[in-house]
Amino acid sequence: MPRPKRIRKMTNPPHFRGFKPIGLLEENSPVVLNYEEYEAIRLSDFELYGQVEAAQIMDVSRPTYARIYESARRKVAQAFVQGKAIVFEGGKVYFDSEWYSCNNCGCWFNHPAKDQEIKNCALCGSTNIKQYSDSSQQETTEDVCICPECGDEKEHRLEVPCQKEFCPKCNCQMTRKGAPHHHRIRNNNCKEI
Amino acid sequence: MKVAITSTGNSHDATLDSRFGRCSFFVVFDTETHATEFIPNPNQENIEGAGPASVQLVASRGVKKVVSGEFGAKVKSIFDSLQIQLVVLNDPEKKISEIIELLNHKN
Repeated sequence: MPRPKRIRKMTNPPHFRGFKPIGLLEENSPVVLNYEEYEAIRLSDFELYGQVEAAQIMDVSRPTYARIYESARRKVAQAFVQGKAIVFEGGKVYFDSEWYSCNNCGCWFNHPAKDQEIKNCALCGSTNIKQYSDSSQQETTEDVCICPECGDEKEHRLEVPCQKEFCPKCNCQMTRKGAPHHHRIRNNNCKEI
Repeated sequence: MKVAITSTGNSHDATLDSRFGRCSFFVVFDTETHATEFIPNPNQENIEGAGPASVQLVASRGVKKVVSGEFGAKVKSIFDSLQIQLVVLNDPEKKISEIIELLNHKN
C-alpha cells in the first residue's frame, strides 16, 4: 500500500470556480485543476517564489512541489491548446486561515468565512486591526539600541554601531535590540552598582 | 450570536482560563439576549482528546465564536471546518465580565 498523500497547505483559495474559453460553439469537457495545483501556479508564477520556498509554504517536500507544479502547467497547457474550460476542484488540501491581531484589545482572531472582508476586531469591534503574517514578523527588527544592564532604550543612529553608544544612565556599552542573547552581553564599561 | 468564553470559575468575576480543552467552565454568552450560561467542562480531567471533546460541547450549543487563551493543535482544524471563529486573548487576568463588556461594545 502506498504512503498516504501529505496534506497540502493553502493560504489563498481562488474566489471563483474556473475559466471558460471564448468563441467556442461546442463545449469540451473541462480540465479539473486541483486546488493544490492552483496554489502551485500562484506561488511560482504569480508570487514568484522559488520551489524550495514554495514547497515550505505548502508544507510538502521540494520534489513533491515540483510534481504538483508540473501537473498544473500541463493541465493549463492542455486547456489552452485544446480550448477546454478549467475548473478548480478537489485536491488534498487544508486551508490555513488567516490570523488578525487587534491593536486595541491585544487579542488575536482568525477568519473562518473567507469570502467576507474583515474590518472589525472580533472581540472589541475596533477597526484598529492588522493582518498577521509570518514574514513581516521577522522583518520588524526595530532600530533601537538597548542597554544590556538596565534595559534603557535609545533610537539607533545611522552609521553609528550600537556598540559605540553608551547608556546615559549606567554608562554601559549598548547593543542592538532584538540581537540574540543581548541580555547576556556585559562588558567592562559598566559601572558597578 | 453566541460566544463561548473559557473561564476559571462559574461567576462573572472569574478570570479567563488560558487553556481551551481543559478549562474549568465555558461561559456561553448570547450577544442578542445578553444571557449568560455557565457550563462546567466535563473534559477537564481527560487524559486525551479534551480539546476535540470540548469543541463538540461548544459546537452543540450553537456557538459561533470562542474566546480563550490558547488553542491546541487538534482543535484548530475542527473549528475551521465548523466555521467557528477563534479569538486568542493573551491576558489571563481579564475577568469574564470585562470580556462580555468588550463583546457588547460592538453593538
